[in-house]
Amino acid sequence: MSSARALTALTRTLKPLDAYVLGLGDDALIASHRLSEWLTRAPDLEEEVALANVALDQLGQARFLLGYAGRSSGLTEDELAYQRADREYRNCLLVELPNGDFAHTILRLLFFSAYQRQLYTVLGESTDGELAAFAKKACIEVDYHYEYAASWTLRLGDGTEESHDRAVAALTELWPYTAELFAGDELITALAAEGLVPDPERIQGPWMEQVSSLLAEATLGAVPSSSWRPGGGRDGMHTESLSYLLGEMQSVHRAHPGATW
Amino acid sequence: MVTVEKSARELVRELPDPEMPWVTLGDLGIVRSVECGADKTVRVELTPTYLGCPAIDAMRADVAKVLGDAGYRVESVDLRLDPPWTPASISEEGRRKLAEAGIAPPAHIHVGSPRQRTDSTVPLSLGVRCPQCGAIETTLLSRFGASPCQELRRCTVCAEPFPAVRS
Repeated sequence: MSSARALTALTRTLKPLDAYVLGLGDDALIASHRLSEWLTRAPDLEEEVALANVALDQLGQARFLLGYAGRSSGLTEDELAYQRADREYRNCLLVELPNGDFAHTILRLLFFSAYQRQLYTVLGESTDGELAAFAKKACIEVDYHYEYAASWTLRLGDGTEESHDRAVAALTELWPYTAELFAGDELITALAAEGLVPDPERIQGPWMEQVSSLLAEATLGAVPSSSWRPGGGRDGMHTESLSYLLGEMQSVHRAHPGATW
Repeated sequence: MVTVEKSARELVRELPDPEMPWVTLGDLGIVRSVECGADKTVRVELTPTYLGCPAIDAMRADVAKVLGDAGYRVESVDLRLDPPWTPASISEEGRRKLAEAGIAPPAHIHVGSPRQRTDSTVPLSLGVRCPQCGAIETTLLSRFGASPCQELRRCTVCAEPFPAVRS
């Protein structure tokens, strides 16, 4: 790829399925980077190792998904990860928000991993054999992520007054962002009709059931009723926090283009 | 002394795992196929334990090198994801070597793949034996460990913490 400008033009003309997969890959990549920011800052060694492992799993998923999304256009996973600007990213807003405290990180991981579980379960039946094989594999991994987030949500929600209050604050802030995970559009509807990707409505019900029952068990059952539903990430409309994240994530590649070690 | 030329399949299967060198790629069940043509052209398929496994690039390089050194022409070392790797893919020999190295082999549960749990509860993992004293009374410290396929447990009899392959 000769220039970032040419790359930008190419990502706009991705085939529909590749464009969809790019969004899933960006979700995993940005989630991975946020989790990796906990390294050297986690409450204790076990959580450090756990968060790093979840980040690594997400990075592995991102590598497959970005590789798949770019292949027919001749773009590599590195070009897609390191040479796109913020407006070219297609991740949902939930994964790019700053980490906040540990409760924020856990609640976000709970919502996101529960979403990936439902998504990958259905994607495992995709008429695209390669995507189906990936999803079956990834499903086993996100099961562990959900289990981890769920056990901490229970401990924080049903723990001390302080941990409960922090979990409530995280829930209040993050809940509106979960709506975007299930937002459909013409592209997704067409792909879902061909059996290539999950219909968002089909995964929203099971997600809500799973998350609601866990939150109730964690004494966090009062889900915010606000009608504010931020979105736009799939169209490249992001919060400013993504720009700072990319500024750090892409700094080495931009300073030393093509460097390997 | 008789020298027997090793087959491409044997060479690949006998390579040590980069992160757990006590076991081979064959023991771990990550060698899916080794096809050797008449002109010593080889095509290899591996399956990763986890998608983000950082050792996979090292494994591919090791496979290419060992075959190249033995005079084979390596056409491809590809990854195959389906069916996914599970701990049940580890051979009995592999389980024995892991235990000897102080890493508990996975319990004989969850053999089906992938796990199809839809409830929100946290499951119990039973039957992981302490690799130090052999006691079955062990508890989970963390689902995550030194590599993506390991978790951290502790023996309640001898009190030693130990790594285990995730079940």
